[in-house]
Amino acid sequence: MVEPDLRRVPGPPVEAGGAAGPGRAAGRSGVARPESGRAAAASPWAAPLSPRTETLSPLAGPLSPRRGGHRPPAPFRLRDRLVQRWFRYATGLVAALVVAVTLIVAHQLWVGSQSTWQEWGLSFLTRTEWNPVRGEFGALPFIAGTLLTSLMALAMAVPVSLGIAILLSEYAPRFVRDPLIFIVELLAAIPSVVLGLWGIFVLAPLMQSRILPAIAASPLGWLPIFGEPGPGYNLFTASVILAIMVLPIIASLSREVLLAVPLDQKEAALALGSTRWEAVQHVVLAYGRSGIFSAAILGLARALGETMAVTMTIGNRVALTFDYFEPGYSMTAIIANELREAATELHVSALVAVGLVLFCLSFVLNAAARLLVLRLGR
Amino acid sequence: MSTETFVVNPVRLRLRMVRDHAMVGLCVLALAAAVVPLVWILWDVMAIGAANLSWAFLTELPGPPTVGGGGWANAIVGSAVVVGMAMLMGVPVGVGAGIYMSEYGDNVLGRATRFLSEVLAGIPSIVAGVVAYGLIVVTMGRFSAMSGAVALAILFIPVVAITTQEALRLIPRDQREASFALGMAEAPTTLRVVLPAAMGNVLTGVMIATARIAGETAPLLFTAFNNRFWMEGLDQPTATIPVNIYAYAISPFPEWHDQAWAGAFVLLAIVLVSNVIARTLWARRARFMRGE
Repeated sequence: MVEPDLRRVPGPPVEAGGAAGPGRAAGRSGVARPESGRAAAASPWAAPLSPRTETLSPLAGPLSPRRGGHRPPAPFRLRDRLVQRWFRYATGLVAALVVAVTLIVAHQLWVGSQSTWQEWGLSFLTRTEWNPVRGEFGALPFIAGTLLTSLMALAMAVPVSLGIAILLSEYAPRFVRDPLIFIVELLAAIPSVVLGLWGIFVLAPLMQSRILPAIAASPLGWLPIFGEPGPGYNLFTASVILAIMVLPIIASLSREVLLAVPLDQKEAALALGSTRWEAVQHVVLAYGRSGIFSAAILGLARALGETMAVTMTIGNRVALTFDYFEPGYSMTAIIANELREAATELHVSALVAVGLVLFCLSFVLNAAARLLVLRLGR
Repeated sequence: MSTETFVVNPVRLRLRMVRDHAMVGLCVLALAAAVVPLVWILWDVMAIGAANLSWAFLTELPGPPTVGGGGWANAIVGSAVVVGMAMLMGVPVGVGAGIYMSEYGDNVLGRATRFLSEVLAGIPSIVAGVVAYGLIVVTMGRFSAMSGAVALAILFIPVVAITTQEALRLIPRDQREASFALGMAEAPTTLRVVLPAAMGNVLTGVMIATARIAGETAPLLFTAFNNRFWMEGLDQPTATIPVNIYAYAISPFPEWHDQAWAGAFVLLAIVLVSNVIARTLWARRARFMRGE
C-alpha cells in the first residue's frame, strides 16, 4: 500500500469536496473526504498524466520532466563509479560538440562575409545590383525572389495540408488513415533534385503550354502579380514545386496539433448538436490555431532554404520583379550557381553573406515556431 | 412556468448537413492534390528512369556527351564514400548527444543541446555547404570528398541526435528503475538496458537521416564538386549521384537528360526503400512499446 505522502506532486493543494474543480474524476468520486488518501488520488491534481508516469518509487517525482530524474545510490565498486562518471562526461562532451558545431556554423558565416558587411553594411540587403565583373553586389533581388516564391508556396500548401490534416485526424477510419499518413511522409522523402528534374522536364513545359495561359485567361489573371505568360521557368513554377515540397511537412505537423485537441471539448460541441464540421471549425481549429500557425512557419522556414528544386525551375535571372510569370532568382539559387566559380574574395563573401541571411531567417522562424508551440502548452 | 421548446428548422438542418458533407469532400480533394503529384512524379521517374537504366549505367565510367553510353559507376561509389564518411563522423556524435539529452539532459547543457540541434536540423542544407566550403575547401585550396562529407555530417548529426533522444524516451522508466533496483549504476543501465531496448529505433533514426543526406545535392555542389573519373582520394573531388543528376539535367544533351532520369531512379529507389523500411519498423516498435 502506498502512503499518500509519497505521491505528493506539485500543484494546488487538494481541498475538500473536489474543490480543485475542473476534473471529471473528482466529480465522479462523489463526496470526497479531505483526510482520505483515495480522495486525494482521485483529484485531478494528483492523477498522473499517463499510466507510464505513474510510479510507486519514492525516488521519482511523478511529474518530473526528466527520465533519469532520480539519482540511484552511488555504486560501491570503484570501477563502476569510474565507468559511470566517464560515460556521463563522454556523452556530455559529445553534446557540447553539437553546441560547438552550431556556433562554428554561425561563426564561419559571420567571418566569411566580413568584406561584404564592411563594404556596404546593411545596405547590402537593399541594393539591387549584382555584377560580379564590376564587383557590385546587392541581395534584394534574391531576398525578394525567395520571399515571393515561399509565400506563394505557403498560400497553396497551407489550405491543402490543413484539409489533409483534418481528414486524417478527424474523419478517416484507421485502415485508410495509416496508409495515407505513410504516403504523405513518402512525399517528404523525395530528394529535392529529383523534384527539380521533374520540374524541368515535366512541369515547366506544361506550365508554358497549358497552365500559365489558362491562369492568365481565368479571373485570377487580373491579379497584378500575374503578367504576360512567358517561358515555363519562372517564380510561379518554382512556387508550385516548393508547395509540393512543404505540403507533407505542414500536413504532418498540423495533424499532430489537431490530435492534441482534448476529446471532451470535441464531444461537448457534438453533444450541443453541432455537426462534425462545426465541431472541427469551432473547437478543433480554434484550439489548434497557434499550433497550425507554427506548422506553417516551419513550412516557410523549409521553403526558404530549399535549393535544388528552386534553382532548376526559377529561371535564374537577376531582376527585382513582382510578376510571378517572369523568371527570377532566389538566395539559395545564387549560392548554388555562383559559389563554385566565384573568383574574387568579395564575390565569395557576398555569397556567404547571403548564406548568413538565410541562416538568420531560418533560425528566427524555427525559434518562433518553437516558442508558439511552447505557449500552446504541450 | 412556461417551458421553452427547441424547434429544429428542417431546412437549416439540411443545409448544415450538406455543408458538413461538402467540407469532407473538400478535405478529400486536398488529399488528392497531394497524392496526384506524388504518383505523377513516382510514375515519371520509374517509367523514364527504368527505360534508361542498364547494367552499363551502374558499372561504367561516364561516356562523352552526344554519343551516349557509359555510366555513373564513379558517382555511385562517390556517393557511398561521401555518405559513409559523413556517417562515420555523425553517428557517434549524434547518438552520444541523443543519449545525453535523454538521460542526463535536465541541465543547461542538455537544454542548449536540445535547442541548438533543432536549430541545426532546421538550417537550409546549402548553408552547411557554405560552411564546409569556407572551413575546408578554401583552406585546402581544392574541392574534396572530405569537405562534402563534413557538410553532410553537419546535416546528419542533429537529426540523429533528435531521433536518438526520442527513441530512448520511448523506453519506459520502469525498466530503468528495475535495473537500479537490481543494483546497476546509471551508466551500465543506459548501456546495457536502455540502449539495447531502444537500439532498433536508434538505428531507424540513423537510417532516415542517412536517406536524407544521400539525396542532398546543394551542399555538395561546391564541396565534393564533380569528377568525370574515379575518385583519386578523399582529398580529391568526386562525382556523386545527386550532383550528377543536376549537372546532367541542366546540360544541353538529350542523352544526358536520359541518364539523369536513370540516376534519379537509382537515387529515389535507395532513398524510398530505406525510408519505407525504417518507418515501418519504427511504427511497429512504437506500437509495441505502447503495449498495443
